[in-house]
Amino acid sequence: MANFEFVLPPPPTRNATPSYGEQDLVRRSASSVPPPARKLTEVSKLIDVSKCIGCKACQAACLEWNDERIPVGENDGSYTIPPDLTPNMFTVMRFTEWVNPETQDLEWLIRKDGCMHCEDPGCLTACPSPGAIVQYSNGIVDFDHDKCIGCGYCVDGCPFNIPRISQVDHKAYKCTLCSDRVAVGQGPACAKACPTHAIVFGTKEEMKQHAEGRITDLKSRGFANAGLYDPPGVKGTHVMYVLPHADQPALYAGLPRDPKISPLVYVWKSAAKRYASLAAMAAVVVAMVVHQVAAGPNRNTDEDEEKARQLIEGRDK
Amino acid sequence: MSAERHTVSTLKRHPLDVRIAHWVAAVSFILLGLSGFALFFPGFFFITALFGGGETTRFLHPWIGLALVLSYLVLFVRFFSACLWKKEDTTWVLRAPDVLAGREENLPEFGKFIAGQKMYFWGMALLFVVLLVSGVIIWQAYFGSLTPIAVQRLAALTHSIFAVLAILGFIIHVHMVTWEPGTLRAMISGTVTGGWAWKHHRKWLREIVAGKN
Repeated sequence: MANFEFVLPPPPTRNATPSYGEQDLVRRSASSVPPPARKLTEVSKLIDVSKCIGCKACQAACLEWNDERIPVGENDGSYTIPPDLTPNMFTVMRFTEWVNPETQDLEWLIRKDGCMHCEDPGCLTACPSPGAIVQYSNGIVDFDHDKCIGCGYCVDGCPFNIPRISQVDHKAYKCTLCSDRVAVGQGPACAKACPTHAIVFGTKEEMKQHAEGRITDLKSRGFANAGLYDPPGVKGTHVMYVLPHADQPALYAGLPRDPKISPLVYVWKSAAKRYASLAAMAAVVVAMVVHQVAAGPNRNTDEDEEKARQLIEGRDK
Repeated sequence: MSAERHTVSTLKRHPLDVRIAHWVAAVSFILLGLSGFALFFPGFFFITALFGGGETTRFLHPWIGLALVLSYLVLFVRFFSACLWKKEDTTWVLRAPDVLAGREENLPEFGKFIAGQKMYFWGMALLFVVLLVSGVIIWQAYFGSLTPIAVQRLAALTHSIFAVLAILGFIIHVHMVTWEPGTLRAMISGTVTGGWAWKHHRKWLREIVAGKN
């Protein structure tokens, strides 16, 4: 049954050895990594918005797997609970009620929000702490909390407004794509829990193919603009959406049409700016040394002291 | 002016509160520069060890920044009137070659501060205002959710650029101490010699003698 492929394997029961690790890093914040010896197959989560029923099993599974708890909240008139991502809640289903102007149908758009695992991650670009944010060759972008210093630069770097800083331990948190589960052959907990297989997980190629089938199906049912959300502005993402209205991603709780790392972040973090700063400082130091040697010291003479004495004593008389 | 306060060899230049504020500002500035370097240049991240690690560096930097702003506020109030721009200051700027060569005989007489010091005073005041505002915006622990992320990006960029400008000014400021021997003691014991004042700040010396200071 085509709609239920990519069923995740049963969990290993013993001696689960991670299949990838430090040696598979392709990017490391504020530092460099040697090119990895092998290239892992790129993975991706695919979230089919059209199949989501809004049950929040993904949120529950996320809390469960990551051993997080969130306080009981208050209903603010929306099904989106909690109303935003938090340092403990790495994924939130965002509910939008939208009247399609063409059909006059009320459409309930439910988008599971969370880290998109960008191929070009803005958080990693902005991070000043070496190794606090890493990217594996399978595409997963992960935070190393031992190295996180809590500055919040990742928040500024992210084009999707995903990382949240804990007020408890002052560290940044976001979806890990269950990197620990993926490393032992499992998919993300949310994909495991999703009852309609709106969330599936596999290689990026498999997910693109699966999305093709879903998009064809949606188009045959009147969603002419159905499409895949794999934004090229961040060189593609390892969490992709099938959107019934892919021409208007903003309908889905403000999903950006063309997300990319802000130019401000690029300039802020550019090597050119760092070198220019160092060069300017070095130039001023050199200029001051040259000035000291060529024109200094600008010492006052005994004659000056005598003139001052005359002036002061002249006044005292 | 009383003879006990001013003598030829010990002209009173900076009172104790000004000197304390100056050195609090100076130490704060250096600590801010070091911690800022660590967070700005990946290659200098190791400097965070000096502050007890990355997290404490991130924690301390804004508080040290407040110490700098508060101490500079004292300096601002105490130096404000002496740093107002005068006609001779424009002459100083126009005759920069004479200034750089130390040919003070070609320059008019100057008051307590010369134009370069005034520019440093006003320049740093401006830079610190921008650094304070942009720094508060990106002070994640307390103000992280107060402004839109686009504003925080701009603030982070601005903060880093203005910090570099402040460091450039600071380098020049420190250089002037080595260039004009006799200057440092104005900020340590608070006094200068009559000859130093005669050479560099003759109008100020005349004001002291006239009893205006």
